[in-house]
Amino acid sequence: MIKSYKARRIISNTIIYIILAIMGIVWVSPLVYLLLHSFRAEGMSAVPYLIPKSFSFQNYIDLFVNTGTLNFPRWYLNTFIVACFSCIISTLSVLMVSYAFSRLRFKSRKKFINVGMILGMFPGFMTMIAIYYLLKAMNLSQTLVALIICYSAGAGLGFQISKGFFDTIPRALDEAATVDGATKNQIFWKIILPMSKPIVVYTVLTSFIGPWTDFILCKLIMGDKINNYTVAIGLQKMITQEFKPVYYKQFLAGSVLVAVPITLLFLKMQKYYVEGVTAGGVKG
Amino acid sequence: MKYIDYKQLNPFQKFAYNFTEFFKKLPGRIVAFFKAIGRFFVKLFTGIGKGVANYVTRFIKGDIAVKLSYLIFGFGNFAKGQIIKGLLFLATEVAYIYFIISFGWPNLSKFGTLGTAVTQIVADGPFKKTVWGHNSMLILLYSVVTLAVTLAFLFIYIANTKSAYKLQQLKAEGKHIMTFKEEAKEFLDGKFHITMLSLPVTLITIFTIMPLIFMILIAFTNYNRSHMPPGTLFTWVGFENFADLVNVASGGKKGITFIELTKWTIVWAIFATFSNYILGMIVALMINKKGIRLKSLWRTLFVITIAVPQFVSLLLMNQMLQVDGAVNILLSEITGQTVAINFFNDTAFLARATVIVVNCWVGIPYTILSASGILMNIPADLYESARIDGAGPVKQFTKITLPYMLFVTAPSLITQFVGNINNFNVIFLLSGGGPSTEKLYQAGQTDILVTWLFNLTMNQQDYDLAAAIGILVFIVCATLSLITFNLSKSMKDEEAFS
Repeated sequence: MIKSYKARRIISNTIIYIILAIMGIVWVSPLVYLLLHSFRAEGMSAVPYLIPKSFSFQNYIDLFVNTGTLNFPRWYLNTFIVACFSCIISTLSVLMVSYAFSRLRFKSRKKFINVGMILGMFPGFMTMIAIYYLLKAMNLSQTLVALIICYSAGAGLGFQISKGFFDTIPRALDEAATVDGATKNQIFWKIILPMSKPIVVYTVLTSFIGPWTDFILCKLIMGDKINNYTVAIGLQKMITQEFKPVYYKQFLAGSVLVAVPITLLFLKMQKYYVEGVTAGGVKG
Repeated sequence: MKYIDYKQLNPFQKFAYNFTEFFKKLPGRIVAFFKAIGRFFVKLFTGIGKGVANYVTRFIKGDIAVKLSYLIFGFGNFAKGQIIKGLLFLATEVAYIYFIISFGWPNLSKFGTLGTAVTQIVADGPFKKTVWGHNSMLILLYSVVTLAVTLAFLFIYIANTKSAYKLQQLKAEGKHIMTFKEEAKEFLDGKFHITMLSLPVTLITIFTIMPLIFMILIAFTNYNRSHMPPGTLFTWVGFENFADLVNVASGGKKGITFIELTKWTIVWAIFATFSNYILGMIVALMINKKGIRLKSLWRTLFVITIAVPQFVSLLLMNQMLQVDGAVNILLSEITGQTVAINFFNDTAFLARATVIVVNCWVGIPYTILSASGILMNIPADLYESARIDGAGPVKQFTKITLPYMLFVTAPSLITQFVGNINNFNVIFLLSGGGPSTEKLYQAGQTDILVTWLFNLTMNQQDYDLAAAIGILVFIVCATLSLITFNLSKSMKDEEAFS
């Protein structure tokens, strides 16, 4: 009886291992394909076999040397600049809003929180058309400043996670500081912020990654101004009918160059995310 | 059922009881939600009424300085020695009056017609000259801006009268009147919330709330290809755009497209949500099963695909699924013949199925990540007693795991459903809407409402129609989101499954 139970367990576990292995291969193989072909030396766009016959760094070099029509380094720099600025503004506004909602008590605080939550649930693209005209009226369309504004203006609505985190810091700390004569301003900078490293890092990283992965807003704002593209629409441009024959391999190389740093940041962020959410989750 | 009866149930019965009870209460909750909206409006209007009443009482009870401050901002502050604050109030008034005269009123006065002067090309001696008329789009946009500024101004106006009246009371009681410096210091302590919130709230008002209002207004105009400012004017048309969208009778192509795309959007959202959910949960169960080794390796394999930016993996998938792409090559090598399947430009069914399958590749890792934690919280004795009763793994999954997960994750499922209705990236980057068809108005067979909206805006300049679609999608999503919000709030204080 015991033996057959054991045998059954071994069989079921083997089946599970096989399924997991197959799924693992299916999930990872596109990425392996991307990596292998980004080093492919021969052929132009598509080749009729799966594993490249020769490897070189030429695609990566081309990406940074052939900048006549499609300027990849420029896009990379654009994205980096936008990411840095929107990261600073977003982080500040998220932390400010969540501190106000979590630690300060004022009239109609609850109403603000509810309105904020409801606005935050609305999908961002809804206001897209209007933002486009607003920026056009401000003479900002097709500029990087417009992108920075778009990515960071609504950031304050994403206050829930960090508010949850601030809620878990004991209020006795604030009270003790107040007794010692600290103002709310000093409490924020000198007590709450130093204690909130995980959530600060998490907010910084998410808002930094945002511009690298966004597609729709940037496409709308930049239109045909190729030099102000970010990497997302730039790479998509490379595989349009017009450019694909020449730029396909560079597209693969460029994708690797974008994916690697973002993947690393994400994996780092995941740790803080877990810390932040589990700490913030106590009082949600 | 009374508390004592409930406590005597075994875990199974408790579970069944809670589960059915949850769905029994659902309609009631939805009704309660709409009642809450009603209460909100009642409260809002009584609040406004009270505000007006207070406004009048302050005027009656106030001294001459307070009364004057109703007309000249900051007069109450001047009279009581708060010069700088008074000057700030006065500056606001002057600035607002200048704003209204030079900018606000010229636009707001044309709000009803959205402009009447048409741009013309007139002969100017031997040359032709363009005489620019009104620009309807700018009139509409600036009117919205003016309204927003006016609201902010009213707010300051009320604050001004309140401040004047309060100073009068303080003086009467013989209390200390704060200097400007002291008051400024208050903003770092007692009024710190204003310092903290003013910048984010301003940004959100300008870039979220105002655009929303503008977009809603556009839906009631005929702003499209044939009415493009500054060349031509557009004007109000009432509900015509909405009528276009539901008109299928007399060969209305827009109406047919809307119905077709709505159907596909719903099918897509259902399949995309539930396929990810159930398959992801099964994989998570397999990874978390007792006796399976290398758990972290398996998890990392899947999580890496989340970490890679979505647009990279989607563009890559798009390339791999082309006629000469990697998938066809792989199939050729396996079967030994040349396979050339055109995944995105053959039949609608193939393209739709492909999109859903690829979406599984994108979405399952997310479910694995979030499900692992919840799965570990399912009480182990549930499974134990099920095993003793002779339930196999499949039965355990359908009778315990799935209901439990559904119960815990119902709100997040709705959120995901809403997310999939708006899942622009997957459709746009993967299939680009193809295969194209003559039957639909500016849309392909895999286009969902959102990608159609994007296409109408970017390539067709049918802004009126796009805005109307936007509003309809918005209403559906907002209702679903609000129900979720209400659900998760009410679920928090329930102790089901404890």
